[in-house]
Amino acid sequence: MKRNGILFVGFLTICALAFGDRLWPRAVAQTGGDTYAIRNARIVTVSGPVIEKGTVVIVNGKIAAVGADVQVPANARVIDATNLSVYPGMIDAGSEIGLTEIGSVSGSVDTAEIGDNNANIHVDVAIHPDSSHIAVTRVNGITTALTAPGGGLIAGQSALINLDGWVPRDMILKTPVAMHINWPGGLGLGSEFAFSGQRGASTELRKEQDKQVDNLKKIIRDARAYADAKEARAKDASLPKQDIDLKMEALIPVVRGAMPVVINANIERDIKGAIAFADEMKIKAIIAGGVEAYRVADLLKAKNIPVIIGPVLRMPNREDDAYDAAFANAGLLAKAGVKIAFQTTDSATSRDLPYNAGMAAAFGLPKEEALKAVTIYPAEIFGVADRIGSIEPGKVANLIVTDGDPLEIITQVKHLFINGRQVPLTSRHTELYEKYKARP
Amino acid sequence: MRRFNLIISMILVLAMSLTSFAQTAGRVTKTASVATSAAAQATPRETLIQNATILTASHGTIRNGSILIRDGKIAAVGENLKATGANARIIDATGKFVTPGIIDCHSHTAGEGNINEGTLSVTAMVRMQDIIDPNHPNIYRELAGGLTTANVLHGSANAIGGQNAVVKLKLGKPVDDWFVKDAPPGIKFALGENPKRSNFGGLPGVPRRYPVTRMGVEETIRDAFTRAKDYQREWREYEAKKGKDKNAIAPRRDLALDALVEILEGKRMIHSHCYRNDEILMLLNLGDEIGFHVQTLQHVLEGYKVADEIAAHKTYGSTFADSWSYKLEAYDAIPYNAALMTARGVNMSVNSDSDERARRLYLEAAKGMKYGGMSEEAALRMVTLNPAIQLGIDKRTGSIDVGKDADLVIFSQHPFSVYTMPETTIIEGEIYFDRKTDLQQREVLKHEKEELIKAERLRRQSGPRPPRQDEKPDAAQPSPTELDPETDPMN
Repeated sequence: MKRNGILFVGFLTICALAFGDRLWPRAVAQTGGDTYAIRNARIVTVSGPVIEKGTVVIVNGKIAAVGADVQVPANARVIDATNLSVYPGMIDAGSEIGLTEIGSVSGSVDTAEIGDNNANIHVDVAIHPDSSHIAVTRVNGITTALTAPGGGLIAGQSALINLDGWVPRDMILKTPVAMHINWPGGLGLGSEFAFSGQRGASTELRKEQDKQVDNLKKIIRDARAYADAKEARAKDASLPKQDIDLKMEALIPVVRGAMPVVINANIERDIKGAIAFADEMKIKAIIAGGVEAYRVADLLKAKNIPVIIGPVLRMPNREDDAYDAAFANAGLLAKAGVKIAFQTTDSATSRDLPYNAGMAAAFGLPKEEALKAVTIYPAEIFGVADRIGSIEPGKVANLIVTDGDPLEIITQVKHLFINGRQVPLTSRHTELYEKYKARP
Repeated sequence: MRRFNLIISMILVLAMSLTSFAQTAGRVTKTASVATSAAAQATPRETLIQNATILTASHGTIRNGSILIRDGKIAAVGENLKATGANARIIDATGKFVTPGIIDCHSHTAGEGNINEGTLSVTAMVRMQDIIDPNHPNIYRELAGGLTTANVLHGSANAIGGQNAVVKLKLGKPVDDWFVKDAPPGIKFALGENPKRSNFGGLPGVPRRYPVTRMGVEETIRDAFTRAKDYQREWREYEAKKGKDKNAIAPRRDLALDALVEILEGKRMIHSHCYRNDEILMLLNLGDEIGFHVQTLQHVLEGYKVADEIAAHKTYGSTFADSWSYKLEAYDAIPYNAALMTARGVNMSVNSDSDERARRLYLEAAKGMKYGGMSEEAALRMVTLNPAIQLGIDKRTGSIDVGKDADLVIFSQHPFSVYTMPETTIIEGEIYFDRKTDLQQREVLKHEKEELIKAERLRRQSGPRPPRQDEKPDAAQPSPTELDPETDPMN
């Protein structure tokens, strides 16, 4: 009898271990590790044709299978997505998420260091994983963001982060991604919120801008000389020792073409200047901002320079610009064959990324291109297209299940996956809503 | 001989007047040419918009509907309408959507210069109507976004700010035509971080301005109304005795206190900028104590926390769709604010507080459906009928109803779709924006700009110009290089 008792207890233990998940769902979510099957969904893979009714299988944080006739693993948690669609999680190609909480409270803002040259600054150490902006943004379908520093001439290095994780290391998809440069001056640039009436730069301001560009060139030339000297020393130990200069060290990948430079430039003259600078300095450039990029579309295409456009929801720059110049910009660039992506440049408005893309679509960008510009194109621009940006086996399971087109405002995200973890659709905002909805 | 002279004179006069007419016609500015081309075909008495999906904002949706406009008013709404006049303008709106003209309940548009008389904490005497610039470039851009009416407010630097102006964006018309004549007058109040200037560094050497705390803000308002009540009493005493006592001396006029007395007498509406729930309650309670009504709470981002109290005071709310976290007092802002307050019985509008956002209020309204599940019509009302009610102009605009002003927008798709485009904006039956016309004008304007630049370059090559009549004789002439295309800042 006793042996039967032990066997029985053994059997129960085995059952509990095997099926405990189902009986007692874990309250604490974990990162990846579960198996999911999203079934009966309309799957917009972005990389191929739409699958009108199919299944996506997620295993250990990755997309394991996608298709109309896919085998569902026995231990998969099934989500019935009848009448719902699956899209890749959207990517904000330029933001400040994790680096700022309340704009007017300087203690909470880490977006811009002082000084002209901060090449050695890298944001991955300053991302606040508990920022309320993270959940607020991801519940609207943005799973990934490039978060970048913004101060001075050479602002520093950005990181591409998934919007979920206990610590920054969990969140980081790639770091560093690019060196960010603010093209000097921004003269003649009206505010994105209102026409400023500024009539352009006086000669003095123009001279100041030229001085800053020369300063920038000198820094890059010095960096190249530093890199050359370092390489020479590696081959010949008899050469004199050199002190380490952290800023120069940080620029080595830039001058060796291993790290691209994102240059924030908006007006035509500045974009042209930035392109000429990249040519002359032999560095790989990406233009960000680009509100007047359509005016230099052919040059951008000829040089194969991508443009991260945004915010789209802004005023045109010049007083006599067409009223929709900032909206139509993306469509004109795409027509000229320029690779584009969208950015919000912000943290609080990052959740409006899809509506920036949507407005561009309203004014000439084909809808499919608008969707790609918030999924696969930024992935390609940042060199992570093998990992995110579309729904293909082997890629990270960053997915959204929606009741419609994610670029439309009234669409709701019904399920959210980041790194293969099903993320609850709650945020500071939903919690405050629920709390005060229940006020007696 | 005399008759011959007379004939020659007449021919000469005729020739001169024709020449000057040609010169006048050639000299056009950008805004004028766009406006006149749209309205140049003298607006017909009747316009028939046919076969659209009409979102009335007041009584639901009419599919395959038409709107007949006569003399600037909506004469009929329904299916199968016909124009009565032979010269009616017909707009075929098949497949398109028509909504009432959009109304922005919190705007600072077209204000010439600084919109904040920030030198004092109580500036009830200053008036936005004095600084409306009808030529501001953003007006056209707002029209292109379907905006027709704006509540132009003083800024939020002062606990008690200046008087508002409710305007229709009648680009091309004299500014006096812009004011909505029967709009009840209003005034701007502000609570919280802005009037206490906590986020703005002071000028070096300049002492800080009272108040710098929220309790100081309350006392500033209380003090102003206390003085206003004394002032009101003095004037009433004077009015009562002046007939009998010929030595009676009138009290000194105080333009700021005049405006506050209007509030006490219910003749001027308070639109108060506010964020935190405690300051919202402060103002409502202060109103109860002193005897003033708060017409609208603007921004009111924590209004959802005290919606019942706001509803009980029959006060309205005008808020952002989803802005948050730019200031500490905006940190608890949620995009569900409008929906939750509406559910608790507060009439809500969604506003822009920004010329840029004012162009896409139709999409901001859509967020009411997304965040909090408002119905389509309830969401649309937040940028049409509700702001009209809040501004006291709902008898004449805000919905597509017979008898109201023909303030309308024709959209290419449903106004809540991100892919839509406002195509035509109509105010009182006149077209102030039309996308087709705008596209046609672009070539014309591009050509005109090139001609003007060419002419100016030629002129500069031939030397400095003589000073204009309004210029001093030694006015600095621009150097020849300044408009050179190589150094033209706009190139």
